[in-house]
Amino acid sequence: MDFTIILQAGIASGTVLLFATIGELFSERSGVLNLGVEGMMLIGAMSAFSTTIATGNPWLGVLVAMFFAGFISQIHAFIVITLQADQVVSGLSLTFLGAGISLVLGEGLSKAGTVSLLPNFSIPLLAKIPILGKIFFTDQSILVYIGYFLVPLAWYYINRTRPGLHLRAVGEYPSAADALGINVFRMRYFYVFIGGMLAGLAGATISLAVSPGWFSELTTGGQGWIAIGLVIFAQWDPIRAAVGAYAFGALRRLILDIQGPLLLLGLDNPFYYNPYLGFFLQMLPYLFTVAVLVIGSREAMRKRIGAPAALGNPYIRGERGK
Amino acid sequence: MTNQTSSTSEAPLIVEMRGIVKRFPGVLANDHVNFELKRGEIHGLLGENGAGKSTLMNVLAGLYRQEAGTILVNGEPKVFSSPRDAIKAGIGMVHQHFMLVPSQTVTENILLGLDDPRFIMRLPEYDSKIAELGERFGLKVDPRAKIWQLSVGEQQRVEILKMLYRGVDVLIMDEPTAVLAPQEIEGLFETLRAMIAQGKSVIFISHKLQEVSAIADRVSVLRKGVATASGVASKGVSRQELARLMVGRDVIFALDKKPGNPGEIVLDVRDVYTDNDKGLPALRGLSLNVRAGEIVGVAGVAGNGQSELSQVISGMRQCKQGQVILAGDEVSNHSTLFGIQHGMAYVPEDRTHVGSAPNLSITDNVIMKKYRKPPILKNGLLDMKAATKLANELKHAYDIIVPNVSTPVRLLSGGNLQRVILAREISGLPSFMVAVQPTRGLDVGAIEGVHRLLLAQREAGAAVLLVSEELEELLSLSDRVYVIYEGKIMGEVMVKGEGHDEALVDTIGQMMTGTPLDQIQKEGVAANG
Amino acid sequence: MAESTALNKKRSPFRIRIEPRLSEPPAWYPAAVSFVALIVALILGGVLISFAGGDPIRSYQHIAKASFGDIGVLSDTIVKATPIILAALACSVAFRMKLWNIGAEGQFIMGAFGASAIVLAPILPSETPRIIFIPVMMIAGMAAGAVWGFIPGYLKAKFNVNEIISTLMLNYVAVAWMNFWIFGVWTEGGFQMSPKFPNTAWLPRLLEYAKTFPAFRGLTTHLGLVIGIVAAVILWFIIFRSRWGYEIRLIGDNPHAAQYAGINIKQNIIWVMMLSGALAGLGGMSEVSGVVHRLQTAPLAAGYGFTGIIVAWLAKLNPLVIIVASILFGALILAGREIQPSGVPKMIQGIILVCLIASDFMLRYQIVIDRGEE
Repeated sequence: MDFTIILQAGIASGTVLLFATIGELFSERSGVLNLGVEGMMLIGAMSAFSTTIATGNPWLGVLVAMFFAGFISQIHAFIVITLQADQVVSGLSLTFLGAGISLVLGEGLSKAGTVSLLPNFSIPLLAKIPILGKIFFTDQSILVYIGYFLVPLAWYYINRTRPGLHLRAVGEYPSAADALGINVFRMRYFYVFIGGMLAGLAGATISLAVSPGWFSELTTGGQGWIAIGLVIFAQWDPIRAAVGAYAFGALRRLILDIQGPLLLLGLDNPFYYNPYLGFFLQMLPYLFTVAVLVIGSREAMRKRIGAPAALGNPYIRGERGK
Repeated sequence: MTNQTSSTSEAPLIVEMRGIVKRFPGVLANDHVNFELKRGEIHGLLGENGAGKSTLMNVLAGLYRQEAGTILVNGEPKVFSSPRDAIKAGIGMVHQHFMLVPSQTVTENILLGLDDPRFIMRLPEYDSKIAELGERFGLKVDPRAKIWQLSVGEQQRVEILKMLYRGVDVLIMDEPTAVLAPQEIEGLFETLRAMIAQGKSVIFISHKLQEVSAIADRVSVLRKGVATASGVASKGVSRQELARLMVGRDVIFALDKKPGNPGEIVLDVRDVYTDNDKGLPALRGLSLNVRAGEIVGVAGVAGNGQSELSQVISGMRQCKQGQVILAGDEVSNHSTLFGIQHGMAYVPEDRTHVGSAPNLSITDNVIMKKYRKPPILKNGLLDMKAATKLANELKHAYDIIVPNVSTPVRLLSGGNLQRVILAREISGLPSFMVAVQPTRGLDVGAIEGVHRLLLAQREAGAAVLLVSEELEELLSLSDRVYVIYEGKIMGEVMVKGEGHDEALVDTIGQMMTGTPLDQIQKEGVAANG
Repeated sequence: MAESTALNKKRSPFRIRIEPRLSEPPAWYPAAVSFVALIVALILGGVLISFAGGDPIRSYQHIAKASFGDIGVLSDTIVKATPIILAALACSVAFRMKLWNIGAEGQFIMGAFGASAIVLAPILPSETPRIIFIPVMMIAGMAAGAVWGFIPGYLKAKFNVNEIISTLMLNYVAVAWMNFWIFGVWTEGGFQMSPKFPNTAWLPRLLEYAKTFPAFRGLTTHLGLVIGIVAAVILWFIIFRSRWGYEIRLIGDNPHAAQYAGINIKQNIIWVMMLSGALAGLGGMSEVSGVVHRLQTAPLAAGYGFTGIIVAWLAKLNPLVIIVASILFGALILAGREIQPSGVPKMIQGIILVCLIASDFMLRYQIVIDRGEE
């Protein structure tokens, strides 16, 4: 097995998780938990694919995906920010809604399309770096390179800019932000929108770059949920999110590509001899997510830091205490 | 233009509020209130909890929008749709509960909400700007420290700096001394005077008569949403008069407390060490005891370990060292259930978040300690008829005013909720009760009711530990008072007789700021000798 | 909520304001609100159906006819509702403690697996009389589901791992697990299903009594319905009349108060997750023994766990109301299979949930019409 090829594909697969994770990260940093990522990704994947088929322009597909998913996410925003309903259940219903809408509207889309995809290319100099060049900079979709930029951009935005300061304040201690004139509600709507857009982008990345086509719910295969778990693992930091996302992407590819009679170092490949064991491989990403959660939660408990303090709670202004 | 605090009679009005009306669901918080502030004065706004003074100032600070009435700043009518507008007009508020983001630094908190820096933040520049500002007003604080690392007094300084950085002329202080010890209060007063000297004006909200008389030039009083006094010179009015304006009748400062007859030691706290939620030591070798038939008070500035002490006693927190012994049995480091089964009652300081289940009915709340045994538990199932009967009995006995006992508890007023909790705890006929801040946020009638219940417990022979930030309350109810400071007991004093004992208050005040009792006594002897 | 400025000389005729309720709404109010939310959801669903090219009126008519039109389809509706009842009961008990068990799907599947293992391993020979077979399968199904609930419960109690994600991940693991046994171990001649169960392992169905009651001919309603109803009644007693139920409700409402009352929250997390898993597992057993009669992925991993979430929410977590709501959803799923486009039932479920959540707002706030200032 050629590990560099697997890792190369893993980076592409990880980019999907990256977009979704960072999107959810922004939303949660502002204090809003959005469990509808899976649904938003499905909407993104479906609309990107169908728009591209209809118009022949994959970039238009990406745009439509992002805005459609962002728009749907505003339903969740309205319910939890303005109507102050429970964020958990609302997010779940968004998943159903997103899945359902994408199934309904995606009815009849050809399963694996010959559709103009987004361009793949290599970065000239960097591709020559031994091993790493092959993995990171050779023949990757343009979305992957966009992903590379997104990580430091997100980090810098959150930690070194004024709007980022406000974002953090809104998620940690919204009354302080409110008292100083920051519109907590507007900011939360905005960052939920960003989260939805990035989830839509993640979906588009699947259907237009990584695994082109529309396969109903199998398109995302639970990656939206893995992304939510990754946010916890990332301790709400974009750099850690990237590490987790790419690691997971590599894992998924590894699982798919275990072939050939020999595994590694001359060991027999059990999956070659008994293909049904492959089902256990399928379990791995999900078990790993749980493991990642355990690690992340223990860390949070140990360091006494963790989620943005106001995460999950609606902001009610001017509560008269008893 | 420097203004001395006494010569403000001809000073121009910097703020005028006319006919302010503010409603909340079910309550008329401000009923056509007028208020004016002269430039360069310290104006005290007095009133008991719930009188409407915070509401009035929240309107002035732009947090609330009034239903009717006008606000004039320097003679111009202003409409504030948000705190930003008020700050732009030069009015800023330092809240009682600080609005600071704990995980961010001083500088970040001060810069929050401002348009400058535009996009990219270069913190070191601003760090030095803020340090300078602090020097100018005598408010020393490290701009790079994170808020959670600062003491309460330092956090208050950050809040003040926040407003000064925005160039406000009028500073509204909402119950600023609630978190300070007597000596720190003097420091605050000096800061306020320094700000007046620099041309600012201050509104000082408080329910503490003595402080307001001491610091304010003029005083306004609110009672139940109505202004009963407006801008009276503070020197010209007595404490009794102010009290009457606040509550509408003479406030009796002493309750009907029969002489005590303490029995055996019921609660024995021995050398307890424990940490708080942040992992820092909260109790450092604390010892105290309570006997049957007495009320023992614990005085101290908030944040010196009172919460952790009551949590250790009730079993909600483990202690690392030491023991808590209740009637001979060790209850420390056992579950709360163990304490309950040994006759412990606990009235927590947070009624809504700890002491009750908001969406469950009064009945469900009242059986919280009784549901494991008959008569509530019958044949393994809950006998709801018996539970409802009990709830109705308690409703009558404790004057809980509700249409019926299946009402969810979140709809009750503070006073009623506290009555439910007390009913639950007391009806278990406890041998020992720890009550933490039992009258916080209650109106005068409810406070009186709670005090009477506590005294009744004392007479019935229970041992009561009363933890409170209200020194008046402690002095009128307790037989003995311990003073806690930074997790240790500074000393213990007896409370004898009625009336206001200045020397006792002074001693307690010194202990509250860290001077152990024996040192005070030594200094007292030295001073007199 | 912005209010108009009060430069008081302006007199507005009247203003509509939204404020928190200060008293409990009348008892019929929550049910009425839910009902209205349901209607709104159906209307919205109709709009989306027509947007996607279908005919909403015809779709709904079809649903009504295909589920309640005659005794035959009514029976089919009940068959579809039976697993939903148990899944919804599972969700409701967990949700009462604010444990977001999204893993009812996986626990359901593991329950089906556990029950099947008794038949297929085999643990009991196929000649075993029904009266022994069925109860053993029930116990196995509940035990397997309970184990699957125990895992996330333990992780939450010990490590504070978010149960939403852990239960969800275990769903996928459960499907893979079941597939392994279906494809790799118990496969029937290379097809993607296990051998058919012997008759002694089938839950009794109404049509078996057609000789005595001719009206029962062809009706596939099975004992699972009785199991579900009995479970609902027992659960009602547990939640509202037992010590444990009181503790569950208290923890769900305010964990601090529960701790203060001396209740051990961590233990309860584990026990409640196990109970929840057991109920879902029982649902899996009911489905595999009453309907499918073999271990097969598609009919068992059909989303009952997720539907259970919605039904539990719709029923406001009340076990008895769950029975009724499950029948409604059973109808939706049954009829929805024939509707084009095929994603419609799922979408409608999502819309219903969204409308229900939004409608909760009306329970906490009220609309006040104000006739201006004096």
